[in-house]
Amino acid sequence: MIIHHPLLGPRDASEFVYKGDASLIDRPDWKADNAADLFHDYLYLRDNPAGEHCELWYHEQGDRSWLVVTRNTLTHDITNVELARDVALAKQAKKSGRGEK
Amino acid sequence: MKHRGTKYSGFKVIKEALTGHKGWKPVWRTPRPKSEYDVIIVGGGGHGLATAYYLAKEFGITNVAVLEKGWIGSGNVGRNTTIVRSNYLLPGNEPFYEFSMKLWENLEQDFNYNAMVSQRGILNLFHNDAGRDAYARRGNAMILAGADAVLLDQDGVREMYPCLDFENARFPIKGGLLQPRGGTVRHDAVAWGYARGADNRGVDIIQNCEVTGMVIENGICRGVETSQGIIKAKKIAVCVAGSSSRVMSMAGMRLPIESHVLQAFVSEGLKPILPGVVTFGAGHFYVSQSDKGGLVFGGDIDGYNSYAQRGNLPVVEDVCEGGMALMPMIGRARLLRMWGGVMDMSMDGSPFIDKTHIDGLYFNGGWCYGGFKATPASGWCYAHLLAKDEPHPVATEYRLDRFKRGAMIDEKGMGAQPNLH
Ligand SMILES: Cc1cc2nc3c(=O)[nH]c(=O)nc-3n(C[C@H](O)[C@H](O)[C@H](O)COP(=O)(O)OP(=O)(O)OC[C@H]3O[C@@H](n4cnc5c(N)ncnc54)[C@H](O)[C@@H]3O)c2cc1C
Repeated sequence: MIIHHPLLGPRDASEFVYKGDASLIDRPDWKADNAADLFHDYLYLRDNPAGEHCELWYHEQGDRSWLVVTRNTLTHDITNVELARDVALAKQAKKSGRGEK
Repeated sequence: MKHRGTKYSGFKVIKEALTGHKGWKPVWRTPRPKSEYDVIIVGGGGHGLATAYYLAKEFGITNVAVLEKGWIGSGNVGRNTTIVRSNYLLPGNEPFYEFSMKLWENLEQDFNYNAMVSQRGILNLFHNDAGRDAYARRGNAMILAGADAVLLDQDGVREMYPCLDFENARFPIKGGLLQPRGGTVRHDAVAWGYARGADNRGVDIIQNCEVTGMVIENGICRGVETSQGIIKAKKIAVCVAGSSSRVMSMAGMRLPIESHVLQAFVSEGLKPILPGVVTFGAGHFYVSQSDKGGLVFGGDIDGYNSYAQRGNLPVVEDVCEGGMALMPMIGRARLLRMWGGVMDMSMDGSPFIDKTHIDGLYFNGGWCYGGFKATPASGWCYAHLLAKDEPHPVATEYRLDRFKRGAMIDEKGMGAQPNLH
């Protein structure tokens, strides 16, 4: 598999370490009343879809950035790659209602 | 219930040889599904067929259907590298796998089918003092659970496997943990033998019947929607290995499972060189030799979510490097075939055999890359759970809520990162 790194261009997937579902970016609120349940679901349960999957890859043998890769688990086709930092910041902005930069 | 089909024996083989082989019958029927059963088993892999067999034979429940979306044996039961062993460490696992080992030892007599059970031994290599200590401890845990284990030093390994590279600079072989009763079993014959035994006792094996939905009313599972229509049952028992998350999502469940691809390889036929199974954990490589002479080998999972039943080249390279490091002579052998299968990788590397929170719906899965050896015990324990609604004594730890209770069974101590198990 070739991952099109947003900054470094096409890189072989074997340069990366795989983490898993990109929803791992969204850590639950540790102050919530049901935090134990939320963290159980966060840590242990997965959607594990057959088809499109957003997932975290770490460029360990490269620039050490975290990427969010959108990949089809049935075909291994990669359709989108973003810096995880951008994805996380966009989510945060959306949450706090600040919208676009 | 009495065995309805032909009994296989040496006498039968001679009789058929003398009469032109006209007396062999199909090994199982091709029935139309009935509208209702006592138990529906979803998935005609090794575990589903074994469950049906033991339900009928040991628990007297014969109004059973096995629904298989393709043909039986098309999943992991026909794709694995056929290794059976009971060399686990943790008390949640080892008694279960030793129960399985004992069932393997009597399987062919029990289901009257040649499954080529071959207790040729399995050897796990170590390369340093820490590795020796860990295997000494594991061997003791095995012996405590009634299994067999022998700790070999370098000479002991050399005697059995002179072809290995003992002086490898990075991982010199210092010895190994041998389980003499481990070995290999002809994988697809296991599926066929269980299918025949179940069919003979009245179980309907329905191929080309994909489950596409669950019929759930007021929190009770009453049947399944399939490509051959709705089929009802008192109990629905899912065991679809790599497809676990897909099928259980039809009941709205999310599982502690990721699906990953594992590859396997077979070389051209060679003269006998490996008497048993050898694992080289440090180099991500394991190997045995089939009765036809092919070296059967593999390594790690590819390491990313996949339902593709095929892997990628970097892992092929990694596995072959492991092979070269362990036994450089493998470099002269040509690769004949390679393939992949989809693993139901659980969050602690151990399986589930449990009821769900939905009445009538049961789940068996999370077998990772090691569920073939578990086939007899998994079938027996799942049948026990379905028949009695309580877990079999050797499978009490395989609960879906064990992460919530902090009762993980993490053999490798890797945490909730399935591609490291
Ligand atoms: C390359 C490889 C090597 C392996 N090596 C070993 C080994 O050496 N030792 C070992 O112990 N284990 C090994 N394993 C693991 C082992 O093969 C599996 O853990 C085990 O076979 C899984 O159980 P099963 O036989 O029931 O699965 P499967 O045979 O995969 O059965 C599941 C069945 O469910 C069916 N199904 C899926 N979805 C549906 C649906 N919606 N409706 C109806 N049916 C459905 C599938 O078609 C399939 O036939 C290996 C696996 C692979 C891929």
